[in-house]
Amino acid sequence: MENRQSGGASFLGPALFAVVLLGLIGSTVYIFARRIWWFPEPVTALGASIDRQFDYTLIITGIVFVLAQLGLAYTILRYRDRGGRAHYSHGHTGLEVIWIALTAILFVGLGIAAEAAWRDYHSLGPAAEGMPVEIWGKQFKWYFRYPGPDGQFGRTAPELVNDLAGNYMGVDFDDPAAKDDIITATLAVPVNQRVNVTLRTLDVTHSFFVRELRFKQDAVPGLLIRMNFTAEKAGTYEVVCAELCGLGHHQMRADLMVVPPDDFEKWLGEQAAYMAALTGAEPEPESE
Amino acid sequence: MAGKTAVEELELIDAGRPPRDSGGAGDFGGRRPTPAVPQVYVTGIWLALASILMFFMALTSALIVRRGLSTDWVPFDLPPLLWWNTAALLASSLTLETAHRALAAGRPLAYHRWWNVTTALGVLFLAGQWMAWAQLRAAGVYLATNPSSSFFYVLTGVHGLHLLGGIVALLYVATRRRRAAPWPVERTAVTATSIYWHFLSGLWVFLLLLLWWGR
Amino acid sequence: MASEAHAAAHVHVHEAPRGFIRKYIFSTDHKIIGIQYILLALVAVFVGMFLSLLMRLHLAWPSLEIPFFGLMTPEQYLALMTMHGTIMVFFVLTTAPQSGFGNFFLPIQIGAADMAFPVLNMLSFWFTFASFAVMLAAFFVSGGAPTSGWTAYVPLSALGEVAGPGLGAGQTLWVVSIAIFCGASLMGSLNFITTTLDLRTRGMLLFRMPLTVWAWFVTAILMLLGFAVLLAAGILLLLDRHAGTSFFIPGGLIVSDRLIDHKGGSPLLWQHLFWFFGHPEVYIAILPGMGIVSHVLSTFARKPIFGYRAMVFAILAIAMLGLGVWGHHMFMSGMSPYSAIAFSLLTMSIGVPSAIKTFNWIGTLWGARIRFAPPMLFALGFVSLFVTGGLSGIFLAQPTVDIYLHDTYFVVAHFHIIMGVAAIFGMFAGTYFWFPKMFGRAMHEGLGRLHFWLTFIGVYAIFMPMHYIGLAGHPRRYPDTTAVKFLAALDPVHTFMSIAAFVTIAAQVLFVLNLVWSLWKGKKVGINPWEATTLEWTVPSPPPHDNFAGHYPSVYRGPYEYAVPGAPQDFVPQHLPEAEPARHAGADD
Repeated sequence: MENRQSGGASFLGPALFAVVLLGLIGSTVYIFARRIWWFPEPVTALGASIDRQFDYTLIITGIVFVLAQLGLAYTILRYRDRGGRAHYSHGHTGLEVIWIALTAILFVGLGIAAEAAWRDYHSLGPAAEGMPVEIWGKQFKWYFRYPGPDGQFGRTAPELVNDLAGNYMGVDFDDPAAKDDIITATLAVPVNQRVNVTLRTLDVTHSFFVRELRFKQDAVPGLLIRMNFTAEKAGTYEVVCAELCGLGHHQMRADLMVVPPDDFEKWLGEQAAYMAALTGAEPEPESE
Repeated sequence: MAGKTAVEELELIDAGRPPRDSGGAGDFGGRRPTPAVPQVYVTGIWLALASILMFFMALTSALIVRRGLSTDWVPFDLPPLLWWNTAALLASSLTLETAHRALAAGRPLAYHRWWNVTTALGVLFLAGQWMAWAQLRAAGVYLATNPSSSFFYVLTGVHGLHLLGGIVALLYVATRRRRAAPWPVERTAVTATSIYWHFLSGLWVFLLLLLWWGR
Repeated sequence: MASEAHAAAHVHVHEAPRGFIRKYIFSTDHKIIGIQYILLALVAVFVGMFLSLLMRLHLAWPSLEIPFFGLMTPEQYLALMTMHGTIMVFFVLTTAPQSGFGNFFLPIQIGAADMAFPVLNMLSFWFTFASFAVMLAAFFVSGGAPTSGWTAYVPLSALGEVAGPGLGAGQTLWVVSIAIFCGASLMGSLNFITTTLDLRTRGMLLFRMPLTVWAWFVTAILMLLGFAVLLAAGILLLLDRHAGTSFFIPGGLIVSDRLIDHKGGSPLLWQHLFWFFGHPEVYIAILPGMGIVSHVLSTFARKPIFGYRAMVFAILAIAMLGLGVWGHHMFMSGMSPYSAIAFSLLTMSIGVPSAIKTFNWIGTLWGARIRFAPPMLFALGFVSLFVTGGLSGIFLAQPTVDIYLHDTYFVVAHFHIIMGVAAIFGMFAGTYFWFPKMFGRAMHEGLGRLHFWLTFIGVYAIFMPMHYIGLAGHPRRYPDTTAVKFLAALDPVHTFMSIAAFVTIAAQVLFVLNLVWSLWKGKKVGINPWEATTLEWTVPSPPPHDNFAGHYPSVYRGPYEYAVPGAPQDFVPQHLPEAEPARHAGADD
């Protein structure tokens, strides 16, 4: 024949390939098993079930990963060209069917197993009592609004937005329900308290992401998105933006403080006092 | 989103064509693997229709979503002229079919006449659409006035552009006929143009109903 | 052969054009057009890679003054990122494997003289070229290139300069370029499908087509449906930007202290339309690679492909399911959580045909006599990468797990391995495999091997750590890590990935050197240097203008008849008349 590829009978190439694949398997298994880079501890019950689902997925895909890469390394090494002809075969229908059934059960089963936590995450059921908070995204800051003692958020209107006066989300302070609204740049919540959040944005799409809560949700212009979480461990956690929102996307962060209920009431009182000073000093919103 | 799956598309394409490859090796199916095969124009036009349909389905689903989600949809009355335009377009499909049959029956003169009538009716439709736009503009309904008008202008506009393409095809076939092109090629061009034209008529009826529903 | 004489008597006048312009610039020859596409993609891939080089420099050393560039600002970073993604997805991953190799080899592999519509084919390339020129022009307008990412999420992409730098003229050029690209792709895909359906030579049954042809054919169907939708979305976006309509832009937006004069539009509508195209686009990028890899694996394993029909049905299943899973990009978008469940289960089921492919590739290697030439190395590398990238998709397909991983570097790692690197390995396999056919000379084997090892180890060194910083919660599209505290610990990983990227990028210079060297100095080859079975190996290297000189071959068997017992050689080409008992006739028995 015209030419027999020089690499045909060589042992070096297949061996190197097998070594690289073994290195890949080894380093990947080691890094995942040692959890060198990993999520922070979850502070919600839901977070724990999300992590459990991640673990199931990791175990299943991990086994498939190791077997497939090992299988590849083995065939490459074992079946390198050492003369003679290959085994003539067009496949094996039985094996194929077993394989299809196996992967279908495994993957679809995994998908179904994941559903429960997703339903909890979105509380696909009757709405439950909780502390209401609004989360507002705005290039490139997070703002939060508490309804105050009346439990009602006041009306907002985009034309009332006035950053200099601290009215970042355009609250209409003429609305009675708005009088006691509190606007903050830090999100504080009491520990073990269900928080019903409403995600809103003033400009483009943002995404509210707190690693420890295992919580991520886009804030979409024109939509009010209602979610909830219950933080079970006190601490300060970072809120970041996970959806590209412009040139300051990477700087759009805030703090989430999960604090004991007493500390929360104290903090909210301070914020309310600050707010009162601010709105008192503000000129009549509709003077123009 | 509405649309056809890949396999449905394939069946669509395979419908109405002679059986091929049935004899295995050795059966040519009357075709040679060169671009001169007339069949490719018919296949090509069906594929183009699939793509155009997908394009309009995307716009249709956008209309349905946009109308359903918002509270700012303000209906407006469609210009009555549209019904006359529709009549002209449907008539053009009929005359085209008449032309097609005349061709099949070997009556070239009748075929030429009806073909030209079809072209004229197509031009009439486009002129009517243009006048409908003018009436709306005069009534103060512009592209950006309301989502309902936005969709009206977009759908009628892109349909009109496709129809303009159809008129160019009709004229092209008419000029080829004068150049005494070989019989099978002319026939294929006639078939391909007819498929496209009938599709645009049907599409227009669909769009009209959609716009009427979403006034 | 009476029938051949008959065919020869009717040879279509298909004379080679004379003159440089008609022959090489505005050529209607599918082979020249294929090479034009490949050259365009080669330029695009180096532009895209250069952009990633700048980004990796900045990520590793944020305060570095880059020569001729200076200190990189966040908007410059986002512009590089947007253009890197757009150029790679559209002008490399869509262009080279499908339009490039597909144009050159699809007609030859089915025994046709050219594409069904040669002029349309030429137009399709020049539209792509115009689209690329318009896209590159975005770098040079005021405000620079767009900064809204390759997905151009509304409202960021719809509001104009007020929402940020690059979102004015740059974004407009982006949308226009994409619209032109849609037109080009529609013309191209129409041509591919028609050619496959109508111009197969005698005996080339659907189930005797090489898997490359199946992949190009199904990819073309996806393109025909997907790009039509993207075109519609692009037109609506242009109108929102310039005609004052409100298809996507909702009311009451305050951007840079300005009240935006739109109301009622739906940003999610853009996402639905975009991803209805965008997810099939992923398969548009990878399916041709799968086809090439199947083709190469069988050839160099010297063994028929394992489960040919299963491979075909897997391609069809992936494509069909691929049209119905766009919502898995939108789990966190505010879409209904119920539809997320449906999208998730449908997405998980794509794992099944993907697993069939992997299983059958390894099945093909089982009991083989593997020849380790450079095309085979890249094909084997593809299998490894496909497994890795596919499995990380299993995480992201579950909304529950995606809550944490969505929009982190885990996603970036996933799609770079499966859609970026694996698809590019498919292209490399195709290049090393077909270069001898395209230019009549072999590529340098030693350089090819070196290129493979550096690239294979390099890409894993870049993209495996990227999963890990994703696990740590590092959001994507961050120009630097200074503002967020938990990201500081991940900086050394960024540095590691950047160094790995520089080595890998340097290795690509070897590839270009090899290409250029081999064009002039490569060893001359005959018709069938790899001892392969399909029709492209029955014509001279390079093939003449009309491929078969009017003598179209007849096809007698399936495409991968290697190691047939009793046959004189270990391969039986498709066009050889019946030479052994019928039970060996092919995959369709």
